[in-house]
Amino acid sequence: MIEVLAPGPLTALQDGGRAGLAALGVPRSGAFDRAALRLANRLVGNPPDAPALEATFGGLDLLVHDAATVAITGAPCPGLDHAAPLSLPAGTRVRLGVPPRGLRSYLAVRGGFAVEHVLGSASTDTLSGLGPAALRAGDRLAIGPEPSGRVSSASGGGARFDGVLRVIAGPRDDWFEPGALGLLASAAWTVRADSNRIGVRLDGPPLARTRAGELPSEATLPGALQVPPDGRPIVLGPDATLTGGYPVVAVVRDSDLDLAGQLRPGDVVRFRVAAQAIR
Amino acid sequence: MIVRPYGDTAVLVEPDDPAAVLALREAVADVAGVLEAVPAARTLLVRFDPAVATAATVRAALDGALAAARSRPPEPSVAVELAVRYDGADLDAVAGEVGCSVTALIERHTAAVYTVAFCGFSPGFAYLSGLEPALQVARLASPRTSVPAGSVAIAGEFTGVYPRSSPGGWRLLGRTDADLWDLRRTPPALLAPGTRVRFRPR
Repeated sequence: MIEVLAPGPLTALQDGGRAGLAALGVPRSGAFDRAALRLANRLVGNPPDAPALEATFGGLDLLVHDAATVAITGAPCPGLDHAAPLSLPAGTRVRLGVPPRGLRSYLAVRGGFAVEHVLGSASTDTLSGLGPAALRAGDRLAIGPEPSGRVSSASGGGARFDGVLRVIAGPRDDWFEPGALGLLASAAWTVRADSNRIGVRLDGPPLARTRAGELPSEATLPGALQVPPDGRPIVLGPDATLTGGYPVVAVVRDSDLDLAGQLRPGDVVRFRVAAQAIR
Repeated sequence: MIVRPYGDTAVLVEPDDPAAVLALREAVADVAGVLEAVPAARTLLVRFDPAVATAATVRAALDGALAAARSRPPEPSVAVELAVRYDGADLDAVAGEVGCSVTALIERHTAAVYTVAFCGFSPGFAYLSGLEPALQVARLASPRTSVPAGSVAIAGEFTGVYPRSSPGGWRLLGRTDADLWDLRRTPPALLAPGTRVRFRPR
């Protein structure tokens, strides 16, 4: 059992999420940095999408009551071995400091966290309220049975923090002035403080529209760059609502979405824009 | 039909006829590499596995699917019937706005058979198409901070039911006791895209 002494600004259980239920209005949710989740689980021998703790901006303080093997990935926290399996004797205190770069750190435990699944996932959905509540001081987390996978010592790969997101233009780039995609690619965009798992909000030169009003509601995906009337794009996160009427100017490549999950307020992000013709 | 890119794992499909969205959704379900298809008011978002499919192969499959969807006769479907107490906070105002009595408004709202066009806003919230055009009213200028669960409401071209208590700007006509969202049920949503719905006064 692992006891939560302090959760920090926000720590929640996250796994591979609830993909496939969007038509019923259920967001995907799950780890924002999926590669970091999978690495943490691989290091302790768990199935790749097993539930782990997603700590936002450090601050998580845990007491490990029974001996456990854990791994911490994503945003590196000072004072802890990063991206390596750690064998912890009973009574160990684990404190995640504030990461000097990146935003979200993942702590996986061998055996996974034994929590109730809702619609096939243990993820906390911060918008719709599905899944367990975010962690609070005093929570006691049970550890699941020993998995068949082996603890892996190979650290292999870490989170990227280079601040460049590759996007594909569209589907609604035609709602914007002809120079909008060029501006999206050339400007330096600053991550706003009101960013969260629902969306990474950006500050920069407004992307001007040629059409007023809203679209009839369209389905969205995490990674979509939705542009509200103020012209400042929002990169939708895993907990975003699934339909929206704001035009989407471009969509982040799936492999770069992990990086979007590591952007923190004040970070500067640039977009590399590609066009794609479908024939 | 227009097919637009949506990142590297999806395409956004806009059929010429918005009524074809649901038929198209059914038709793409079996296409290799398609993971899910999410309908909305005019469009269908088709998410695919990039290891199996590309935007171009999905597009090609969609052309065939659209032709097949056109030739298929509409399937007879069972309607979910929802008993409604018509005592909503906006009942009088809406009747005044559309220029009929409350009794006539209730009769007109219950006369139609609706179809779930898509879900969104919150888990299990269904947008039902088929609302009589004369009953289309704007949503509230300022949304309510809390709308009770089971509220039956209208806004624009849609009618719908709030599955859980939530903020909302739709105009409230009444309330149903039906369990619209139950996590112990598979699927948890009573109203999924394509479901036919009738309202009955009680």
